Amino acid sequence: MSTTVSSSRPGNPQPGNAGKDAAAATVSAKPVGWKTPVFLAAFALIALVFFGLLAPNQTASFGISTGSDFFQLPAIQVNAFAGGLVLSILLLGLAAYAIYLKTRGKPAPGWLTVAFIVLFVAAFLIWVVGGARTPSISLAGLIAGSVTLAVPLVFGSLSGVLCERVGVVNIAIEGQLLGGAFTAAIVASMTQNPFIGLLAAAVAGAAVSMVLALFSIKYLVNQIIVGVVLNVLVSGVTGFLFSTVMQANKAQFNSPPGLDIIEIPVLSSIPVIGPILFRQSLVGYLMYIAVLVVWVGLFKTRWGLRVRAVGEHPQAADTLGINVNATRFWNVTLGGAVAGIGGSFFTLVAIDSFTKEISGGRGFIALAALIFGRWNPIGAFFAALLFGFADNLQSIVTIIGTPVPSQFMAMLPYLVTVLAVAGLVGKSRGPAASGIPYVKG
Amino acid sequence: MSEKHPPQHAGGEPAGRAQQPTPAAEETAALVSVDTAGGAMEPSAVPATAQSGQLPGGPDTLLRKIFTGSGMVSVLAVLLALIIGGLLIASTDKQVATTATYLFARPTDFLAAVWNAATRSYIALFQGSVFNPRGNGVAAQFAPFMETLTIATPLITAGLGVALAFRAGLFNIGAQGQIIVAGILAAWVGFALDLPMGLHLLLVLVAGIIGGAFWGGLVGVLKARTGAHEVILTIMFNYIALYFLRYLLNTPAFQRPGESNPISPILDPTAVYPQIFGSQYRLHLGFLLAIAATVLVWWLLNRSTVGFEFRAVGANPKAAQTAGINVSRSTILVMALAGGLAGMSGVAQVAGTEKVLTDGVAATYGFDAITVALLGRSTPWGTFAAGLLFGAFRAGAVQMQIQTGTPIDIVLVVQSLIVLFIAAPPLVRAIFGLNPRRRKPARPAKSREAATTGGAA
Amino acid sequence: MVRVLKLELRGITKRFGTLLANDHIDVVVEPGQIHCLLGENGAGKSTLMNVLYGLYEPSEGDILVDGRPVSFRGPGDAMEAGIGMVHQHFMLVPVFTVAENVALGAEPTKAAGFLNLDETRRRIKEISDQYGFDVDPDALVEDLPVGVQQRVEIIKALVRNAKVLILDEPTAVLTPQETDELLDIMRQLKSGGTSIVFISHKLREVKAVSDTITVIRRGKVVGTADPAASTTELASMMVGRAVSLTLDKAPAQPKEKTFEVRNLTVIAPNGQHVVDGLSFDIARGEILAVAGVQGNGQTELTEAILGLQDRVHGSILLDGQELLGRSVKEVLNAGVGFVPEDRSVDGLIGTFSIAENLILDRYDQAPFAKGISMSPARVLENAKSRIEEFDVRTPSGALAAGTLSGGNQQKVVMARELSRPLRLFIASQPTRGVDVGSIEFLHKRIVAERDQGTPVMIISTELDEVMELADRIAVLYKGKLVGVVQAGTSRDVLGLMMAGIPPEEHVQAGKAADTTSTSTSDAEGGDHV
Repeated sequence: MSTTVSSSRPGNPQPGNAGKDAAAATVSAKPVGWKTPVFLAAFALIALVFFGLLAPNQTASFGISTGSDFFQLPAIQVNAFAGGLVLSILLLGLAAYAIYLKTRGKPAPGWLTVAFIVLFVAAFLIWVVGGARTPSISLAGLIAGSVTLAVPLVFGSLSGVLCERVGVVNIAIEGQLLGGAFTAAIVASMTQNPFIGLLAAAVAGAAVSMVLALFSIKYLVNQIIVGVVLNVLVSGVTGFLFSTVMQANKAQFNSPPGLDIIEIPVLSSIPVIGPILFRQSLVGYLMYIAVLVVWVGLFKTRWGLRVRAVGEHPQAADTLGINVNATRFWNVTLGGAVAGIGGSFFTLVAIDSFTKEISGGRGFIALAALIFGRWNPIGAFFAALLFGFADNLQSIVTIIGTPVPSQFMAMLPYLVTVLAVAGLVGKSRGPAASGIPYVKG
Repeated sequence: MSEKHPPQHAGGEPAGRAQQPTPAAEETAALVSVDTAGGAMEPSAVPATAQSGQLPGGPDTLLRKIFTGSGMVSVLAVLLALIIGGLLIASTDKQVATTATYLFARPTDFLAAVWNAATRSYIALFQGSVFNPRGNGVAAQFAPFMETLTIATPLITAGLGVALAFRAGLFNIGAQGQIIVAGILAAWVGFALDLPMGLHLLLVLVAGIIGGAFWGGLVGVLKARTGAHEVILTIMFNYIALYFLRYLLNTPAFQRPGESNPISPILDPTAVYPQIFGSQYRLHLGFLLAIAATVLVWWLLNRSTVGFEFRAVGANPKAAQTAGINVSRSTILVMALAGGLAGMSGVAQVAGTEKVLTDGVAATYGFDAITVALLGRSTPWGTFAAGLLFGAFRAGAVQMQIQTGTPIDIVLVVQSLIVLFIAAPPLVRAIFGLNPRRRKPARPAKSREAATTGGAA
Repeated sequence: MVRVLKLELRGITKRFGTLLANDHIDVVVEPGQIHCLLGENGAGKSTLMNVLYGLYEPSEGDILVDGRPVSFRGPGDAMEAGIGMVHQHFMLVPVFTVAENVALGAEPTKAAGFLNLDETRRRIKEISDQYGFDVDPDALVEDLPVGVQQRVEIIKALVRNAKVLILDEPTAVLTPQETDELLDIMRQLKSGGTSIVFISHKLREVKAVSDTITVIRRGKVVGTADPAASTTELASMMVGRAVSLTLDKAPAQPKEKTFEVRNLTVIAPNGQHVVDGLSFDIARGEILAVAGVQGNGQTELTEAILGLQDRVHGSILLDGQELLGRSVKEVLNAGVGFVPEDRSVDGLIGTFSIAENLILDRYDQAPFAKGISMSPARVLENAKSRIEEFDVRTPSGALAAGTLSGGNQQKVVMARELSRPLRLFIASQPTRGVDVGSIEFLHKRIVAERDQGTPVMIISTELDEVMELADRIAVLYKGKLVGVVQAGTSRDVLGLMMAGIPPEEHVQAGKAADTTSTSTSDAEGGDHV
């Protein structure tokens, strides 16, 4: 987007009309494409055929309460056929509404897409569970598990938000997570203190980020190249040290004490919500805090305004006395620290030791969550949650035995991302200067 | 619009600028801005200097200078990476740890231990990849080199795929997935069909190339039609391909009968590459095909209209479009060709070295291909050479692990460091004290515009 | 309370590598003055101002504020010292609101770094009211017209208490009427005690508003001039030799009309009709110039002809053949030569060699290619002769095109397009950012093409260029054709047309119409130089 608007549309009117023209431009500035309505319609039809018409006539049961809740709610029983049919008709309705809006020249509102995704997931869930050998799952467990699996994704995508908002593409999230996981494990093992491990993870993530920042900002190396190469580098270094150091003396170097789950009394016993919000590890609580802090910081504070200006139009920021490259450097570093904390989740919360490639490509899913969440911390959080959900569902369907092969469930986050970048997110634009090095003068 | 490029206008003799020895930072920055077509698009993955075709003749002092300069930097970058890798090896070495305890008493012991640890590993690496003097007879002595060529084969072809896409301005991270899909098709043709000698192998090769081309081309289509970023698409496609392969290996059509592990039947003898120097070496026909592919890609890029289109789209898609080049078609075509090249790697795996299909068919060749292409600066012969080098690392690392216990992962470290250093010549020059003279950071000509209008793409 | 400020530049020298952009420049800006820096494109004016604004560090020389030497490490220091700058390319974040843009860098905050934009809104309203700017602090900048964006830039400087305001080519994007308003604002600012450094190469504006004129040529101050000096005098000072302000061209000999546009409408992705029902035609041997302020559909018009636009209705006929719906390649092969408005983005590939750029749209045709195989030797051969013919200053055709100066780059584009038989020639902003020597050359080539009997269409936002080249002038406003008038129509009429007022509403319109009167009757003469 040219900053001078020289390339923009006609409308360089008499000064007197300025206000009016501005208003007119506001309405017409957002392009309304057919892509979203068409996508929605296609998916509604898929839902109708598979989750509705072809659904098994079996009752799916979704448990809501767990044993520790202070009051018990009955499980939801849904006939897969009827439930699928109702939901898919609702989906068709939403798609029709989007098409109607399109014919009126209006874009589909944000809530519509969100509602569509929620309903689609629900229909899918009913279909999967309804077709299973044991058509019963704990919904509460499913959601709580999703949140747990989403923790590193959320930290990773926040790292992406912090970097991209300031104009640096961060493909190295995977490396930051992996570096964080490794460092947390080794430092926590050596000090026998998980908190120091957590801190060390942040430092390690920041260190990876500093390399990214140094090469992309100072040496103007293509940011994607640095990111890709850094992932390999971190994988190599951690793999090397794992084989030489950790395996040689597992007790000393790879037996980190874990971070305990902290239950907040009473609140944690609320059905569904309790385990999600009030029965988390320290890293889990930090996740919620981080999402909020980053969001508030980016959109409500001086720091955020400057960060976004640097990511959108670095030269404008420079002419106002903001040090573009320093801002970039420190934000990228901060992003790395955040991702590093996310990495510690693997070794301090999820599993009690480090193994090679423990992050398993989640850095890339975090990248996808960032785009799916439109470079917004809250959006990225929910996108990460969705991917965590898919991840969790994969293991659950293997247990309850559904007709869907687990490999396809594992594929889901990636498929969803492809659809998202190709269609649903469509023209959504990231920060204008992202990926472009800033050279003064 | 008066003074977009102040320095260029002001001097009156702008062409003279190119021949002046410019400070490194300025050089890089200027190239970045040239790379971005005045900021109209994202910076290209390819060094600007490699984007123009190779024209014979002409007093090409600038290009020659840069290439000789970068040749030096490449050598130093490799050296530097090996040094750092050596230090990493030494840091975990027992002898080094022991001597470190009395470092101040006898520092020479410590230094000797460091030197020994690193060189022992590298000597093993060399013996495992080029020449093993302890081999039993000449054939055995050269066996490591044959192994290097064998491992280099898929690296070269996949690297060419990545490099070709780079030249068209596309970041193909998807060689991994393309190898997998190619492997699936090639393997299936290889074990499921019953065909005569020659034809069978040909069909295996064609199936693999088509598989890779399809998987790559699909990304091209999505990119061209929807504008989705190819980096995200290819990353996702890698995982989709992998899970699809895992699924297939659990189906009767692919799983070896009577086997509970996810592994396919062995390919028919008619479907595998013949070994070039007989059965004593694993080196197979695929290597010759890789050489042929390198020649072909060189010709395509530098001597064909298709390559001209690719390069034009890569360097400045808007200008290419204005000049009548169909950018969408180029995007799809180049991704399909890149996929096809990666597909050759898939074939080399299933019909050359492995002879079966497992979910490890692509190993890490697809990702290594990226570093190979980067090290090769996206030129065909550069990629070929980089493929050989990384093939040597891979082959030698196995021997190194056996002989000295140094984990193979050190290869990843050295590989990635090489690419990082090569991408940042000023850093390498600074480390080796080669920066001619210190100057104030210069403000190059067009970068300002680049930043201003950044992100128009 | 009004603090006035005297600004002195002493011996400012700025080198880029070995290039001397500014060579010992001395300028004194007296308090409460409008001081004009006059110089042609690339003379080093903007570089000088970027030095003054702290964006560049001078290689030598001093900046003095009220007699005291200062050193600016960045724009922050310059702003601190009371210097504000409105860049030629606005430094506004498009996705921010006006208030956010104004606040940026000097944000009023509440506790803990939280933004307090109310304070900024209040200040914007205050300044807006004082100067009659009519700017809504909560509008998104990307939705604002260019003229309003410029005011936002001025507000940005005023909020920071700028005592010296640098305006870098501020009128380039404005209609003549908007320009007049800007000149009024400048006078108003001056009377309020703000000094203004006005950078321009447009003689009339400079004469209208300046108190002092410093002329810069090739990075050096060549002297100061009185605003009362004649246009010719100023022009020759600026260029360094006597310049003929009018192009020496024979009267047009229009033949049959071979290019026709009928009811052409182009719809932008946002549904707006950016070109709206255009109909016009061009005869062989005639130059039709399309005038209008930037962004009134010119870009889309040329793109539609070339086949670069998707949603186009109507008809474009060349020699009776429909061009609409054809691919770019087909249109080019039909004999359309096209010089795009932004050569570095659309016209050239900076990293490609000059030779390759010279065949950018013919790489797949004989003699450069046979099948899909190309002949590099032929490509170089072609480059040699084109470089010679068009006087492109370069040691070799194998050098990257990005290393050429703007004028030479434009010659490369022009050479490429004019070196094949054409049925139609379209040149968009043919001399933008080009030095005077090249301008004369390029103009002559365009007229020569006309004289060979090719219909020529020129798109230019520079009224002077339009008046100089055109045999007929079409004026676009908001995608619509305001009218087509004969060459020699007065500047005032054209200016009003560019603001959307049709010629029938002026008394003068039509009177000056005479197909053959091409020697520009405009008394003030082409001050485009």
